[in-house]
Amino acid sequence: MPVLHAKPQAPTDDKRWKIVETRMRRMGDRPAALIEALHAAQEAFGYLDTDALNYVGDTLGVPHSRVYGVATFYSFFTLKPQGEHTCVVCTGTACYINGAKDILSGLEKALHVKPRQTTADNKISVLTARCVGSCSLAPAVIIDGDVKGKVNVVDLVAQLEAM
Amino acid sequence: MPAAARPTHRRATIETADGQPRASAYVCEAASCMSAQSHDITLRLGERIAAAGMTDVTIKRVGCLGLCAAGPLVEIAETAELFERVKPDDVEGIVKALKKVKPTDTRRPQGPFFEKQLRIVTENMGRIDPESLDDYVGRGGYEALKRVLSDMTSTEVRDEITRSGLRGRGGAGYPVGLKWTTVAKAEGTQKYVVCNADEGDPGAFMDRSVLESDPFRVLEGMAIAAFAVHANEGYIYCRAEYPLAVSRLRTAIRLAQRAGFLGTGIADTNFNFDVQIRLGAGAFVCGEETALIASIEGRRGTPRPRPPYPAVSGLWDCPTLLNNVESYANVPTILNKGADWYSEFGIGKSKGTKVFALAGRIVNTGLIEVPMGTTLREIVFDIGGGIIGGRPFKAVQTGGPSGGCIPAEFLDMAVSYESLIEVGSFMGSGGLIVMDDTSCMVDVAKYFMDFCREESCGKCVPCRVGTTELYIILDLISRGEATLDDLAQLERLAGIIQKTSLCGLGQGAPNPIFSTLRYFRDEYMAHIVDKTCPAGVCTITAPEVMA
Repeated sequence: MPVLHAKPQAPTDDKRWKIVETRMRRMGDRPAALIEALHAAQEAFGYLDTDALNYVGDTLGVPHSRVYGVATFYSFFTLKPQGEHTCVVCTGTACYINGAKDILSGLEKALHVKPRQTTADNKISVLTARCVGSCSLAPAVIIDGDVKGKVNVVDLVAQLEAM
Repeated sequence: MPAAARPTHRRATIETADGQPRASAYVCEAASCMSAQSHDITLRLGERIAAAGMTDVTIKRVGCLGLCAAGPLVEIAETAELFERVKPDDVEGIVKALKKVKPTDTRRPQGPFFEKQLRIVTENMGRIDPESLDDYVGRGGYEALKRVLSDMTSTEVRDEITRSGLRGRGGAGYPVGLKWTTVAKAEGTQKYVVCNADEGDPGAFMDRSVLESDPFRVLEGMAIAAFAVHANEGYIYCRAEYPLAVSRLRTAIRLAQRAGFLGTGIADTNFNFDVQIRLGAGAFVCGEETALIASIEGRRGTPRPRPPYPAVSGLWDCPTLLNNVESYANVPTILNKGADWYSEFGIGKSKGTKVFALAGRIVNTGLIEVPMGTTLREIVFDIGGGIIGGRPFKAVQTGGPSGGCIPAEFLDMAVSYESLIEVGSFMGSGGLIVMDDTSCMVDVAKYFMDFCREESCGKCVPCRVGTTELYIILDLISRGEATLDDLAQLERLAGIIQKTSLCGLGQGAPNPIFSTLRYFRDEYMAHIVDKTCPAGVCTITAPEVMA
């Protein structure tokens, strides 16, 4: 149950906290706003650190343990900072039977990263997605938010290495 | 992006006698074509037409044109001429074709991909600008809602839906009218209408396309449902992986609110209804209704035992109507054309149409809508254009991770909720993934089990522990390291998990194993006994057996 609480201060005076605060306020600072607030924080900062989790929890009156529980339950949320660029490889069924496995092994060979890892120079994070719904373009990857379809692993590696 | 920064592609002023364009180019701007840079085509077409001083031609952004495999797609609306795989250099050709359009032109047939389809849910797809309420209203949008509010009682609306025979399009096929009646009769003054747009089945993108191409239809369906069950608040729970669908929904909600189709006093009556969007966060289990409700409430998306069903006690313990995108999208048409008209389509207890997403090793990957009762052969070979490279057909997988693989011997089966269950599969939300001889069925079963193992929420033991155990055995089989005892254990365990899991995820998880064992047991035996993978997919680590 929500506990009566004074409105907590944002962890820093970074302006991005305003976005998070506004999103929570629009939903009445209630516990039900938790997932939306985490989305807002991740959109603003790229990942969720302990400060963000605690700030959101304190504002909405949700125990830190539950905030952490929710943030780790949903695979969309990440608690680690990402590299400069992200490459999400879709591993949905259509992509799988059209060679998503080869893309992942190709990336591992060329960049020495497995899914959920970032290259040593902090340039590229490789992630996987369950299905991005671009099945007609299988195999698909998403580079920095842009979907690329009918991917050829050699071209993909070349593109990522040039980034 | 603020509106001002967005490159504009609104139609230019039309200078013809009747204000109607002589010719129109429709550019597909749904996710698939967008990722192939169709928006650049729209902009370039606009520039070229402006430069050529063609003031009687319009360029319009539309939703999914269906044939996603051949994107980016541009259609000349008057003649139905379709330009496929359009590159910036092809724009000249389209401009030439636009010049040739005469007022007497009629839409010509476009080949089997389009001819064998029946469009109800997708009737506006590729015809309207998904961000234009005027376009939607221009094609009869919101007439159903207005008529419902002015001429019908909520009971009449529910009866109409019941008589239409519409069943839940999310997969299980529960009669929609019956669900509406339960919610309407449930006790409580606060009720909710929720739309399940958490399309998590890998290989399914029907709901995404509907939301990207015709979002108002879903909002209208939800508003009608709200009137029928006496609710005035609604939620759409949409995957965060669908940013374009979410952004078009937000636009549609804003426009509908401004025009008085959402909010207080809808269409000048005393009916109030408003909708909010809630984003999913990448948990497949949230497609299950009680998990979805937990997630809207801001909690971990874990299911709970039913009863009570959400229709009686759902969101914040209030009676809650939960249907999926496609179910709501059927509603306006049923009320416009009548239950009798709707129930003429289909077969047996499966009425109307079904939208399918065709994917996998098939030529025409894309989005289709066919009457229930269409055969798999028509879907795969006539509409789908057959297998890529003319390779042999092996199986079609339906129903996502809870579904099954249907072999060639059932190609002439009429598709319905019942027939799919009979052959050991499941309608699911409508993803159809076609496989050829390059797919190994043991590997496919292992793939789905890996999916279920990762997506299991961990609440009940059979699913949390069982799916991992099944995966371990499948992995052994795929590497040629398993024995016949392992296979027996696999079947025994699969049966237990099916019977004892809490929710549909665990109960359905063994289905891919059952169906592949039923039709492709020889492939399992090849891995176990001969230590070979007939399709050459699996890496066999066991020493080869000398024949």
